Amino acid sequence: MAARSDPIDFVIRPSRGWTDIGLQELAAHWELAYYLTWREVKVRYKQTGLGVAWAVLQPVLTMLIFSLFFGRLAKMPSDGVPYSVFALTGLVPWMFFANGLSQASNSLVVSASLVTKVYFPRLILPVAAVLSGIVDLCLGFLVLLGFMIYRGVWPTWNALWLPVFALLGLVTALGTGLWLSALNVKYRDVRYTIPFLTQFWMFATPIVYPSSLLSEPWRTVYGLNPMVGVIEGFRWALLGTKTAPGPMILASSVAALLILAGGAVFFRRQEDTFADIV
Amino acid sequence: MAKPILCVEQLGKRYRIGERQARYSTFRESLNSAGAASIRAVRGFLSRGGPPPRKDDSTFWALRNVSFEVKRGDVLGIIGRNGAGKSTLLKILSRITKPTEGLVRCRGRVGSLLEVGTGFHPELTGRENIYLNGSILGMAKSDIERRFDEIVAFAEVEKFLDTPVKRYSSGMQLRLGFSVAAHLEPEILVIDEVLAVGDASFQRKCLGKMSEVARQHRTILFVSHNHSAVKSLCTRGILLDGGTVAVDSTADEAIAVYLRSLESKAASDLRNRTDRRGEGNVRFISMATLNEAEGPTLYVGQSAEFRFGIEGDLYGCSLTFTIYDNLGAAVVNFSNAVQAPQDEWLVQDHARGEAGCKVESLPLMPGRYFISAALYQGDLLQDHLTAALFFDVSAGFFDNRNYATNHGYGSVCMPHRWNFDSVADPERVESSRQLGSFLE
Repeated sequence: MAARSDPIDFVIRPSRGWTDIGLQELAAHWELAYYLTWREVKVRYKQTGLGVAWAVLQPVLTMLIFSLFFGRLAKMPSDGVPYSVFALTGLVPWMFFANGLSQASNSLVVSASLVTKVYFPRLILPVAAVLSGIVDLCLGFLVLLGFMIYRGVWPTWNALWLPVFALLGLVTALGTGLWLSALNVKYRDVRYTIPFLTQFWMFATPIVYPSSLLSEPWRTVYGLNPMVGVIEGFRWALLGTKTAPGPMILASSVAALLILAGGAVFFRRQEDTFADIV
Repeated sequence: MAKPILCVEQLGKRYRIGERQARYSTFRESLNSAGAASIRAVRGFLSRGGPPPRKDDSTFWALRNVSFEVKRGDVLGIIGRNGAGKSTLLKILSRITKPTEGLVRCRGRVGSLLEVGTGFHPELTGRENIYLNGSILGMAKSDIERRFDEIVAFAEVEKFLDTPVKRYSSGMQLRLGFSVAAHLEPEILVIDEVLAVGDASFQRKCLGKMSEVARQHRTILFVSHNHSAVKSLCTRGILLDGGTVAVDSTADEAIAVYLRSLESKAASDLRNRTDRRGEGNVRFISMATLNEAEGPTLYVGQSAEFRFGIEGDLYGCSLTFTIYDNLGAAVVNFSNAVQAPQDEWLVQDHARGEAGCKVESLPLMPGRYFISAALYQGDLLQDHLTAALFFDVSAGFFDNRNYATNHGYGSVCMPHRWNFDSVADPERVESSRQLGSFLE
């Protein structure tokens, strides 16, 4: 048998100091990311009795409760659109973010048997967890569209920008998920804080109320919470609300990218110890 | 001259003590201890004018100064007792964990198989799991598609391809998992004890596939307790002991040294053995063999008794032990969980006792053997000792036959009877008659 003249050479050595994110390696494993995402989606819809209905019921039921309490009883302003539409437009991207965040945060712990038995770039696990939420997002979005038309609200041409806002939400979920998943391996009480974190975060994000309640310099500062940009972006693109993105979106994008970059670096620094302690 | 395909240099891996047992801490604890540590540090700094020296006594080296080379086409067996560093070495080689010091140079893709069916999801079908598992093991989609039929045929699951794996028998799951892994084509294949699971025919199939891979001149690193498998497959053997390479030689030599080291360990008091597994509520404290004259050496065909000193909570206990030959192949297993009317095993909650197992006429060939034994309470493993006792069987008569030496064709003798039925062959009768008349 002829020996290959150009074998793939690599060296296993202790990691010291800063390591790069390993984007090249990540790209080389895109098929695995695809299969893991596909597994998540398939299993989620196969295993639960309600299957697809979950992706729809979760935002719709929450919207009904919010409409009753915040819309009817508390008379919350809603930027001139029916409150139920206003709430659902916020809830669909929010659920995508919140589910992605918690799935990503638990991804390493849940896949402990993989992490301790096979090598692959660990980044794939949280990435696949967040990506698998896209199917839910699309289903939720269809329901949202149907509901809007039912309530007589037609989307604007700005809706073409929606993928950008969805991407911003994905980046935020992944960035936060990277931080939390790495921490979750090391400290198991992190997983109990995640439901609280998402709840607090939801009230720090204009889901039940409009950000137009804030006056201008503060509204941009508010945009440092990246989900503010995502939610207001969705409302602007679909409902044509006046809280046009502009500087707020810029603040949100910068914040989201910083969280992601920091998360990726932190994750890589912790990566070597995952298999030993997970 | 060909360069080695794998080159391990001064490899070391340090673990924090408790990291593998007490696994994970909580964030709160670590905040607390960080706070306490910083207060201590500040105090120390104020009182001594310098940071306190860092204590390093809570770590241990699972692997230290390990160096060896593997050439293309080598089939290397790695052996050693539990905790010798075998698994740590495999984990570093398959890049699951990073070394603390030293490095490994690889000149080829490494495929590792530390478990059969990694990443299988019970809800997915056989077909889906083949793609998923293959991808996890590092196969490209095109590779999987190309070898799909082969994988399915080897696993013998054609009829159940579209059935969720949760409805497979455990044997089928195992076959499917091994089949996917067996069709990986890395230059270097790292395999851990996968053969320890599954039934005999599956193990034979695995061994067959592995020797086929070895014949294709690919490089294999194989960790196993199955010494006869190591012996038959491997061209080289490395014995790890206490995290370092004790022997780097032929597979036979490494196994021989390993068994000798087990023997010296076994000679010590069983109470001092720390390499035991199980809950520990009941433990072996002694083991002995007794011949007819109460001596330790056994004889072929004579009565032999195996005695086990046990202490602890004996209630509901069962004992099982296995005799291995000097190559580490299991010869026979005894278990009192399989009951018979002639047994006198009284289950009482004595704190200490001695169990005996008597064989009236020992059907073992002359040679060296060892015993591994385990104590169970219900299904719970209480104590397990590998190679707890070595004993010799000397020549003797079994079933009226003299078994003087062991020729290496098996370790067991059986009562038997030969016979020969002669059939008259007319031609030969004729020729011998002619020969007779000629001589006259």
